[in-house]
Amino acid sequence: MDFLSPDTWAGALAAKAARPEAVPVMGGTDVMVELNLGRRRPHALLDLTRVPELARWGAEDGYTRVGAGVSYTRLVERVGSRAPALAAAARSVASPQIRNRGSVGGNLGGASPAGDCHPPLLAAGALVELASAAGVRRVPASEFYLGPGRTVRREDELVAAVLVPEPRGPQVFAKVGPRNAMVIAVVSFALALDVAARRAGTGIGSAGPTPLRARAAEEFLAREFDWAGGADPSPEAARRFGDLVAGAARPIDDVRGSAAYRRHALAVLARRAWARCAAEVRGGGV
Amino acid sequence: MHADITLTVDGRRHQLRVDTRTTLLDALREDLGVTAPKKGCDHGQCGSCTVLLNGRRVVTCLVLAVAGDGAEVVTAAGLAEGGDLHPMQEAFMDHDAFQCGYCTPGQICSAVGMLDEAAAGWPSAATPPRASAEGAVAELDDTEIRERMSGNLCRCGAYAGIVSAIGDAARRTHAAAASGIPRPAREGGRR
Amino acid sequence: MTPGPAPTAPAAPPPSAPGSAPPAGERAAEPAGGGVGDSPPRPDGTLKVTGEFAYSSDLWAENMLWGMTLRSPHPHARIVRVDTAPALRLPGVHAVLTHEDVPGEPRYGLEVRDQPVLAAETVRYRGEPVAVVAADHPETARRALERIVVDYEVLEPVCDARRAAFDPDCPLVHPPGSVPLRPEHNPRGNVLRHQPIRTGDLARGRTVADLRERADVVVTGSYEVGMQDQACLGPESGLAVPAEDGGVDLYVATQWLHADQRQIAPCLGLPPELVRVTLAGVGGAFGAREDLSMQVHACLLALRTGRPVKIVYNREESFYGHVHRHPAHLRFEHGAAADGRLLYAALEIVLDGGAYASTTPAVVGVAASLGLGPYEIPHAAVDAYGVYTTNPPCGAMRGFGAVQACFGYESQMDRLAEALDMDPVEVRLRNAVGRGSVLPTGQRIDAPLPMAEMLERARALPMPPPPEAAPGRVDPLALPGGAGGAGVGASVVRGVGYGVGLKNLCFSEGFDDHSTARVRLEVVGGVPVALVHTAAAEVGQGLVTLQEQIARTELGVRRVALHPADTSVGSAGSSSASRQSHMTGGAVKAACEAVRARVVALARARGLLAGEGGGAVGGADGGVRLAADCLVPPGGAAPVPLAEVLGDAVVEETREFRHRPTSPLDPVTGQGSSHAQLGMCVHRAVVDVDVELGLVRVVALDAVQEVGRALHPRQLVGQIHGGATQGLGLALMEEVQVADGVIRNPSFTDYLIPTVLDVPPMRVEVLEHADPQAPYGLRGAGEPPTLSATPAVVAAVRAATGRPLTRVPLRPEDIALP
Repeated sequence: MDFLSPDTWAGALAAKAARPEAVPVMGGTDVMVELNLGRRRPHALLDLTRVPELARWGAEDGYTRVGAGVSYTRLVERVGSRAPALAAAARSVASPQIRNRGSVGGNLGGASPAGDCHPPLLAAGALVELASAAGVRRVPASEFYLGPGRTVRREDELVAAVLVPEPRGPQVFAKVGPRNAMVIAVVSFALALDVAARRAGTGIGSAGPTPLRARAAEEFLAREFDWAGGADPSPEAARRFGDLVAGAARPIDDVRGSAAYRRHALAVLARRAWARCAAEVRGGGV
Repeated sequence: MHADITLTVDGRRHQLRVDTRTTLLDALREDLGVTAPKKGCDHGQCGSCTVLLNGRRVVTCLVLAVAGDGAEVVTAAGLAEGGDLHPMQEAFMDHDAFQCGYCTPGQICSAVGMLDEAAAGWPSAATPPRASAEGAVAELDDTEIRERMSGNLCRCGAYAGIVSAIGDAARRTHAAAASGIPRPAREGGRR
Repeated sequence: MTPGPAPTAPAAPPPSAPGSAPPAGERAAEPAGGGVGDSPPRPDGTLKVTGEFAYSSDLWAENMLWGMTLRSPHPHARIVRVDTAPALRLPGVHAVLTHEDVPGEPRYGLEVRDQPVLAAETVRYRGEPVAVVAADHPETARRALERIVVDYEVLEPVCDARRAAFDPDCPLVHPPGSVPLRPEHNPRGNVLRHQPIRTGDLARGRTVADLRERADVVVTGSYEVGMQDQACLGPESGLAVPAEDGGVDLYVATQWLHADQRQIAPCLGLPPELVRVTLAGVGGAFGAREDLSMQVHACLLALRTGRPVKIVYNREESFYGHVHRHPAHLRFEHGAAADGRLLYAALEIVLDGGAYASTTPAVVGVAASLGLGPYEIPHAAVDAYGVYTTNPPCGAMRGFGAVQACFGYESQMDRLAEALDMDPVEVRLRNAVGRGSVLPTGQRIDAPLPMAEMLERARALPMPPPPEAAPGRVDPLALPGGAGGAGVGASVVRGVGYGVGLKNLCFSEGFDDHSTARVRLEVVGGVPVALVHTAAAEVGQGLVTLQEQIARTELGVRRVALHPADTSVGSAGSSSASRQSHMTGGAVKAACEAVRARVVALARARGLLAGEGGGAVGGADGGVRLAADCLVPPGGAAPVPLAEVLGDAVVEETREFRHRPTSPLDPVTGQGSSHAQLGMCVHRAVVDVDVELGLVRVVALDAVQEVGRALHPRQLVGQIHGGATQGLGLALMEEVQVADGVIRNPSFTDYLIPTVLDVPPMRVEVLEHADPQAPYGLRGAGEPPTLSATPAVVAAVRAATGRPLTRVPLRPEDIALP
């Protein structure tokens, strides 16, 4: 196995162009598990931890651009207020040690349907910046995922960054697991509201072959949410919203939970997300 | 394929040739005979292999040795200087914070790294978001300690001792002064 | 000593000012003496905190090879062909062995010799070893495994334990007559042992239906316990070194050195004395290391290659490479009078033993004899079955058959309380056993067992603050679901539940249970030093600390050294069944007493002690005491330094210690005083349940335990915490999920064990009513809390939710889905 360890972004892109089969590795929290178990035996690894550009973040045209190598810990600490749902997801990833090394870029590269970062990116309407030696393109998160572990990223491309729009309303993320820490989501859900535009964004994790949006639920919420006053939803409306979110999921039975429970829990998370966002609007914490 | 790398482990500099697939944990344990970090799960799920890598706690089963080229590694063995136990190690003894002891070197490295993180103002999931302004030193109550130590499993169930030992060590000596290791490097960033 | 409560261990140490000395209580429990009753530091503690303690996976030898195991991909298959030649051709490979290379007995087993060293014609569980290789590097060994060709003809797996037990058309896991079973334990097919118990009218030809008519209240229940894993963090591992005498030296993490030796040697075709086993550092045990794993394989490879061979399992392999806790199906019926007094109880429990016997027969014996719990029941019927299936083999895990039963009978007691509209503690009090009570096996409890007092104490423990009154900020981590952030306070309901566990301590059913200790006293550098040598396995329970304490107390010396545990001294028996403090503690005490008697005689012979009389009686020899490195004559004469008494003499004595004999259970009536000693723990759990999501946070898990005598109060509390933590895990998250004979979650990503955030502060109240049968009056303490924690947590969740919850571990959907 070749180990490529460029120390500049240009070098990384050149390496990927020369060796498109090289598997990018950041914190290693996904790739290394597969390597350790012998499930994956790549011919080349492309280590991106020495590329300083990837560890940067900053504001850019109404977005917060978070480099693919910004660790979860750093993301929570430095970018938290600019991407609240993403920060909440980052806070819930695995263990403190892993949060010190793992990054959004790795989460997107692995594209596990259970990845914690995907629902907030979907809900917030984030863009994924992909780069190759040939150029840069930005893909909406909602178009990024194709299947378990599969995305629109071409073989010669690397995930450079995510661009999260400046929050224009409350954002929440929650995940369900049978342990109080260090658990892969049985199901997760993110909700991001744009109060000015009166739009809602959703993201569902661990309940389908890819992270999903619940578009019908978003439209329903846009109509029903009390944008001015932040009143709590009626029980009927909340139930309907939950059902629409659950209905958008395509869960399976697996070792972490049943499809039926996943749908049920998603509906609960969705109702709670609405209530929490409403409370934030009421409290003026937008 | 093999690669030649340099690692400084517990103050000793080593040059070694490793298979590029080798994890830092295997390089430490099998190539260098440094067995303080333990292998428990191969998945980054148990924390037994935690060391301080350039001052920050990491699980070495998820780091490639070749990616650690040039790095400074401190294990539990390296925390005890010249035969004197590190205050965290003393506290683990005083509070009977272990039974079989297999997770203990990882717990201790994690605890030492954690106190430095807290001293540097890094928030935890237990830190209220608005309290985590840069540089603020988190108050390490038991809830904070539990959250910050949630990446280290103890199958013997010595958590009560672990939490009280860490609280005791944090109180006894100021965290940063006690660690005797380099503080985590602050990363740059465009603001 | 005075019976009665010992000081309560606080849930958390008292706060102290920054920079101050540790709380006084922490050090006050550690007087200079370091004898019995003190809490001295662990002698292996410094090595453990510095990472220098050598666990079995840390061993290394010059010229060492790495062993690795090829395992069956099928739960049940016939082996058609094995071709090892391609693997042998790989450079760096030094040996590839199959069943044909086993020079001695082809099978081994702790109780029944039914497990192949390497599978021959048939594989009976997924993960069964088929071949082993030795190579100069682990990566080479791994590649060699990939090159071994094995053709299988897949057979129908036997996955359902109840079908294996009761369906005469179920395929047999072992051909009839192929395994040497005791006929009374194998009446048919796949049943490895059936142990019935019948008492009262149920032993006199009456049926449960007859009794049902006489009861005011009848409650029935079916319960299920999932397969729990010991999940020792240290994987199975060891190093075998070939010796010049044709034998082998094995350094291994095990619970029972002599049982390993007894099983390994015949397979190697060697006499036991040529298989020398030394304990390496043990990274947790909990029952998983009572059976062999890699021991024979490493020895075979070492003897074949003439080089040291090390084998270390990885985590996934570990899930396949050791026995688990038996999954169980239980069906109960209890009948009671209107006042809550039990009239009768019936239990059928089926324990899935998996492919090979391991300790299943003994587990069945415990599940039967303690299956109805610590309650007085005039008429009882129990049928306990242990069966073969093609699931992963099951054997010992902390609690050993009593855990499964306890979840069932305690659930039944809560159900009875509900049917009677009675407080759950009250219904237990009405039926509680105590000294003089008779268990369904006919065994009379002849030691103090103050269950009623324990229940009252548990009920009186202070409650944690209610959720809304908890001090400080509203903390999402404090809600069920923790870091996931899913919790909403409004959906949280609090519940309280109780559990009582009754566990046999030490080995039962007529087993010749003993331990051996050799103690030597001599002067080294002018100071008397006691050297204690046993084969007892230190697995984290702190036995090495106790051995030193006992030697200090009995010989009055400050310095005690421990010889490494190995087979050059007699057997200590297993570090299981909560037995080592009692058994090896008893052996060390006996050997020290013998040494002491000789020291007194020596003093007398050397004219250092006037007068006659004296012998090894009680704590004194003719009034002579040994204390502070001195011999203290009676009557106020000046103490004589032991160094002076001993001079150049070396006083060494070896003693075997046995607990009182026990009886087998009658194969028809189940009668017999099968247990040497009983231990009890009462738990009270307080939980917060997110009733919509089905997530649980345990807020408090407080215990009252009867320990007879606390030899090391601090380590003792640690044992109770640890046992309770594993019981909490079984209640809420721990299950090896097996489908069609295949483990679906062989990793710590999906086999979840409690993190520090899942375990609440645990208050422990210890009672010390001495057991006159035991050294110092002690009772082993490691297992009882594992029993009681599980039903207490589940009862608390039931109280919060009103759901029946008949299966552990609880899944969120069991709570949340309609």
